[in-house]
Amino acid sequence: MEFFREPKIDWMGKKWYFIGLSIPLLVAGLISIAVHRGLVYGIDFRGGTLVTVKFARDPNLDEIRNQLDKQGLRGATLQRIGAASEHQVIVGLDLKTTTSSEALDAGKRAIVDALGGLYGSGPAGKTEFNNSSPQSLAEKFITADPLQLAFKGSEAADKGYHDLADALISFKNNPPQSGLIADFQQLRAVPGVTLSVINFLNNNFYLSSYAVRNTQIVGPKVGGDLRRQALYVTLAGLGAMLVYIWFRFELIYGIAAVIATFHDVLITLGIFSLLNAVGYPGTEITLTVIAALLTLVGYSMNDTIVVFDRIRENVRLSKREDLYTLVNRSINQTLSRTILTSGLTFMAVLSLFLFGGEVIHGFALVLVVGVIIGTYSSIAIASPVLVFWRQRGGRISTTVKSKPYEREPVGARR
Amino acid sequence: MDKSVKARFLVILGVILVCVLGLTWGSGFTAFPHNIHEVRENLRNRIRLGLDLRGGTHMILQVHVEDAVNITTDVTVERVTSQLKLKNIPYGDIQKVDSTHILIKGIPAEKSVDIQDLATAQFSDWDLARVPGDPLARSLAMKVSTADLIRNQAVEQAKETITNRIDQLGVVEPEIADYGQGDYELVVQLPGVDDPTRVKDIIQSTALLELKLVQGGPYPSREAGLGEHGGILPPDSELLPGPAGAEGTPTWYLLNRVAAVTGRDLTGAQPGLDEEGKPAIHFNLNRDGAARFGQITGANIGKNLAIVLDHRVVDSPAVIQGRITDSGEIKGQFTPQKTADIALLLRSGALPASITPLQEEVVGPSLGADSIRHGVIAAIVGLIAIMGFMLVYYKESGINADVALILNLLILIAALAYFDAVLTLPGIAGVILTVGMGVDSNVLIFERIREELRSGKAVGNAVAGGFTHAFKTIIDTHVTTVVSAAILFTFGTGPIRGFAVTLTIGLLANLFTSVWVSRVIFDWVLTRRTKGEALSI
Repeated sequence: MEFFREPKIDWMGKKWYFIGLSIPLLVAGLISIAVHRGLVYGIDFRGGTLVTVKFARDPNLDEIRNQLDKQGLRGATLQRIGAASEHQVIVGLDLKTTTSSEALDAGKRAIVDALGGLYGSGPAGKTEFNNSSPQSLAEKFITADPLQLAFKGSEAADKGYHDLADALISFKNNPPQSGLIADFQQLRAVPGVTLSVINFLNNNFYLSSYAVRNTQIVGPKVGGDLRRQALYVTLAGLGAMLVYIWFRFELIYGIAAVIATFHDVLITLGIFSLLNAVGYPGTEITLTVIAALLTLVGYSMNDTIVVFDRIRENVRLSKREDLYTLVNRSINQTLSRTILTSGLTFMAVLSLFLFGGEVIHGFALVLVVGVIIGTYSSIAIASPVLVFWRQRGGRISTTVKSKPYEREPVGARR
Repeated sequence: MDKSVKARFLVILGVILVCVLGLTWGSGFTAFPHNIHEVRENLRNRIRLGLDLRGGTHMILQVHVEDAVNITTDVTVERVTSQLKLKNIPYGDIQKVDSTHILIKGIPAEKSVDIQDLATAQFSDWDLARVPGDPLARSLAMKVSTADLIRNQAVEQAKETITNRIDQLGVVEPEIADYGQGDYELVVQLPGVDDPTRVKDIIQSTALLELKLVQGGPYPSREAGLGEHGGILPPDSELLPGPAGAEGTPTWYLLNRVAAVTGRDLTGAQPGLDEEGKPAIHFNLNRDGAARFGQITGANIGKNLAIVLDHRVVDSPAVIQGRITDSGEIKGQFTPQKTADIALLLRSGALPASITPLQEEVVGPSLGADSIRHGVIAAIVGLIAIMGFMLVYYKESGINADVALILNLLILIAALAYFDAVLTLPGIAGVILTVGMGVDSNVLIFERIREELRSGKAVGNAVAGGFTHAFKTIIDTHVTTVVSAAILFTFGTGPIRGFAVTLTIGLLANLFTSVWVSRVIFDWVLTRRTKGEALSI
């Protein structure tokens, strides 16, 4: 099976289509960024508090917001994440609200208090089960001895109850319970659980209807420093690529590749800004997203290199050929490779995007967009820049480089 | 089978064996697994999971190193005072101007040489200089190198003290390390701790214990205390808050500034009960401390002694009834848990500087379990899709690519286990990206082989040509990605580093599998094929 057998497309002739596609995308993205007064940064850069809560039943966001308002926490953001059946919400407080008191975790504690106020704190005398640790559970088991293990000796009883507590808490934490069980009967599925254990739990524990799954607090000393650092690191990445390609090819190739990659990064940021504006989750700029952007820089260079390799090879072989036709031919020769490699990488990151979960979603989105745009830019941006340069009288080397692994073997194909 | 192919096959088998052993053996030679459960157990233990997959607490702390510098300057002021008295150098006033400067006034001209000698002999970490505009004054400035040394030592000591405290709490595999680029920050990782409140309190408590003589009090407020003394504190004294009084009213005490005994003089501290059966902390003093304590209590019978913890008086000061030497008791409104915590703090030593948290993240174990599941599913789906595609598109050569891919993954995961690298969620993303980019190497080779075959080359030459030509492109693409990963590793934090590590190791392993191993398989296929038979690609 083969997809692109000997294509003969006039790529350079389509450059106005490419410009017609890229410019509006770029402009739309830049306008969105300008309208929102810059990029929407995540908590890593802005500071604040984020608490991820899972509810047993679908929560009423307005109720929660009112409760928080009552406690003086205005301007809380509430966002549903994940599948609707998971009933998960991220509650966010910005830096000003969090640090109005002294402690770093004032915001988090306030949110937990608000939830406790709304959903009640259970009957007196009973401990909450969903937020218990294996240790505290084991201790209660040991004291009450519902399985009557004491006659086997205190060490055996200890171990027995610790194992049981670990198994119960693991069961509660694993999917699909994911930290919250609604009924003690669900625990029958755990090996070693008898009716007496369930009764004991029923009598001494209650189940809250929410569980805090994750908290993230970033204090005021965050920095404009961090933002600047992220920018420098991205520029450093681009610079390193430029140097590498300059070394392996020639300066003009390096510049063309960097322009293409820069185009990719800008469009990706623009898309993020647009998606953020319509409320798509995971589109804030966090450190993980920056890491994905840097990976994108590296990846975008990859297929640009594949095309440039072929262009350079052809330039050497047919020194007098017009660059326009030569670049077209080179792209056609490598089209199969380019589309295939990008397609396979796309399959991989698409899988991450669809199945990887919310935490890595923003990272995966950068890569999904990036792989497509990166491939497109090798053909549509990097190559035309080379042709443009030549047409303005720039020189492109046609001499043979002398590194051993670059020498063509005897009888090489044209 | 051709000899060289056989030899190379054995190398591949060797590599597989090393990888599998690395993943399933467990630590120590006796831990060879006996059944499938032990294999799974070993596997789980061999791969270290990051906090985002295991659940736990991650904190970034700021060490306020200026505290340590200030303490040194305070102590130096005392030493200067006593040395000037000792050497009979009259002085008007000695003041601490800021954290690294001391101002000495009223030095008579004829003592200039003496004070210079004293500075050179006793205060070599400081620079003595004249003060412009005042011929009788001198400034003592801490050397910059000394100040930096104190700051760095404060961070080191804080790290040690925190490690000590966390160890005593029994947290499994905690990690305390320097963080960031030189701003005196620490990162603390506590796997499995999903309610860090108690741990945070213990980490942040300065735990400075001081026993000080009481000069006056209790006063109902700081102003009342000042008022009693005409608005100015007597020299060498300070006002500190005490426990709440009968109706919750605050109390303040006037105390000697210099402590008779500090936490550094302790040899031990245990929680226990006082004579009334209420929770209290017993402590023991070392020889120096005991001697000093005996001397001060002996000389001040009838006066009150206050126990000060982190600049708060802990309980109503007791009257000194006789010489006390080697042990004592701290009483107050304590719960048994609190006495255990305070004893722990005293045993671990005081923090040399105060610590405030800058960032905190608590990943619940349920989220960690979810992340693992999502990551593994995404990896498996991606792997199956890619392997399937290669089979369909390249027919039997697709098997070649798929085998190379599986081996690539095996080497990657085994390398993580051998290097004790931490697997994070971005790390799993790195594995998935390795699969996506690794298979590209095979595509480059196969496409080139197809080109060579189309141009009429013989199968053997086409395969050789494919590998040779594609090799430099593979190197280029891998280098650019590894350079990105290296930058990420240098500037990234934990989870991102996990990504950089898995991607780099994956791509390096890919060079081996897609070029060398694929070639071996091709060579083996070629030796088995009949002359004139087409290559299935």
